[in-house]
Amino acid sequence: MLEIKGLTAGVEGKQILNGIDLVVPSGEVHAIMGPNGSGKSTLSYVLSGRDGYEVTGGSASFDGHDLLEMPPEARAAAGLFLAFQYPVELPGVNNANFLRAALNAQRRARGEEELDSVAFLKLARAATKKLSMANDLLRRNVNVGFSGGEKKRNEVLQMAILRPKLAILDETDSGLDIDALRIVSEGVNAQRGPDFSALVITHYQRLLDYIVPDKVHVLARGRIVRTGGPELARELEETGYASVLAEVA
Amino acid sequence: MSTQPLQALAGKFADAYAARAADPARALAAERFRAEGLPTPRVEAWHYTPLAALADVALAAPARDPAVLAARIPDLGVPRLVFGNGRYRADLSTPPADLAVRTGAPAWGVLPEGLQHHLVALNTMFAEDGAEIVVPPGTDAGVLMLVHLATGGASHPRHAVRLGANARLTLVEIALGEGAAFHNPVITFAVGEGATVVHTVLQEESAEAIHLATVFAEVAKGATYDSFLLTLGGRLARREMHTRLAGPGAAAHLNAAQLLGGTQHADFTTDVVHASANATSRQTVKNVLAGHARGVFQGRILVERDAQKTDGYQMNQGLLLSPTAELDVKPGLEIYADDVKCSHGTAIGEIDPEQLFYLRSRGIPEGEARAMLVRAFIGEALDGIAFAPVRAAMEERIGIWWEAQQAS
Ligand SMILES: Nc1ncnc2c1ncn2[C@@H]1O[C@H](COP(=O)(O)OP(=O)(O)O)[C@@H](O)[C@H]1O
Ligand SMILES: [Mg+2]
Repeated sequence: MLEIKGLTAGVEGKQILNGIDLVVPSGEVHAIMGPNGSGKSTLSYVLSGRDGYEVTGGSASFDGHDLLEMPPEARAAAGLFLAFQYPVELPGVNNANFLRAALNAQRRARGEEELDSVAFLKLARAATKKLSMANDLLRRNVNVGFSGGEKKRNEVLQMAILRPKLAILDETDSGLDIDALRIVSEGVNAQRGPDFSALVITHYQRLLDYIVPDKVHVLARGRIVRTGGPELARELEETGYASVLAEVA
Repeated sequence: MSTQPLQALAGKFADAYAARAADPARALAAERFRAEGLPTPRVEAWHYTPLAALADVALAAPARDPAVLAARIPDLGVPRLVFGNGRYRADLSTPPADLAVRTGAPAWGVLPEGLQHHLVALNTMFAEDGAEIVVPPGTDAGVLMLVHLATGGASHPRHAVRLGANARLTLVEIALGEGAAFHNPVITFAVGEGATVVHTVLQEESAEAIHLATVFAEVAKGATYDSFLLTLGGRLARREMHTRLAGPGAAAHLNAAQLLGGTQHADFTTDVVHASANATSRQTVKNVLAGHARGVFQGRILVERDAQKTDGYQMNQGLLLSPTAELDVKPGLEIYADDVKCSHGTAIGEIDPEQLFYLRSRGIPEGEARAMLVRAFIGEALDGIAFAPVRAAMEERIGIWWEAQQAS
């Protein structure tokens, strides 16, 4: 379970999150929607521990771990995964090696046996196939020369292989055509179960037709201003954010 | 900086030379050396690389028999010629069965007039030994190791490699050492028409050593001189690579990676002369600098008037792992032909925090993530090494280097 209480945070002295309260119980998928610049990516970075984001108040815990006290790699080993809005290119780093290093580092941290390269490749190939990704994607450098859609799929591939307990998907749908959207959504839905929860950040209701959330939150100016069921996403699609923002202004 | 100690040292060298039996072949070099001495930072080509440290080590006597270092020579499963403190060591060598190799005297080779001063003159004055390697036309001589083991004193080996038309050789040069030693090798390559030399160098001298190497390659029509240098060792190191693309369609690759820490100083200086049309030169130079290390890259591409359709490319990239590391870069294009394609670029930076965070967010601990990014940075340079055992040996040494940086 993810529990965020009164979280305030900023970057370079500028406060961006103005007191976030949010609980995502195990097994649930919550969506976060909100206009550009409302702080969605900032929230995902603060939760995953990116340098330069200063937490000024409040708390965030996951399955009893105080997330804010942990380095990013420990958060990952504890089961947190962030699918980046803008996946990072790693020239010279082979995608398969990267994935295996990540998986084995997490397994080591949890005291589990590491996977040898044969076992790993089998796992990776199966996951790649499920996501209808080109075979050579594992052999290429991480995200280098990938199309926008391939980068997003590569994020979901990492999630499928690392099998996190909590996935934050930051606008994973943007830049995907309808087929890719369906494939990516299936990738996420395949993970769903009592031990998996997700925070799905999106602009569009479209994604939520495929990944049906338990709850929808609206983030505006660094605060959650409304929470509802899946119907809230549809309402926003019709009326836009203006009405919601006007209500809380 | 005072150049007094350097001049005093040059004087000592001159005196030591005078005490030797006069050899007419060396007389000219001695004359030039007496006149010019050792280069000071006032000499433009030596501006970034002061030789002051040379005064500390150059004349110390070797402490131990270099044979003690033989176990450190990587086992590549190929023949090897081993030199210890400048002398050929038959007892440590396994010369190739089917290749003409002569040792026991300096292999002078052919050097352009402009290269015969400073350290080359010093080498010429004192060279005692060297390997002369001759590959007959049309022969593939496989892989040969040329190893130097240093335990002290000054060594001036003088090697020459000659390939006949369409011949082929991979020469793996390795320099290892312990203690304060001065290693001043000169190697010449004459690459015949259509021939290919792959010259892969692992410089792993001791932390107190001074390594100043000069290489000259003359590349004939349609021939290739393909080199890669990995510099890990030495307190002070410099390798000058002079290449003359003498025939049409000749090619040179002068790639290097320098990984330095502590107060190490290493300088990679290249000079590529495009003397003929349709020739290609490629240089990818990577510096990874930790601690207070200082890296230098100077690269000149000279395109002569008749060298039309020259294709010259030079890329220099630096990765600074500490705020106290320094990289000095001096690229230079001199173009006298009008139909050429030449470019150079420099990019110096630190480990990208976004890349580091991406790796860490996947569970990879910071130290391992940094190591991955450093390896990725130099990987492109290593990718050019076709002979897998030497690549593996280099990867292993890079791993050890990284561990040492983490520990310091
Ligand atoms: N590194 C940064 N430096 C300065 N301002 C930033 C930085 N990152 C984000 N911001 C600002 O914080 C606000 C929220 O950004 P972000 O979290 O990316 O919003 P969203 O993901 O909801 O579009 C924006 O006004 C943005 O300009
Ligand atoms: Mg965003």
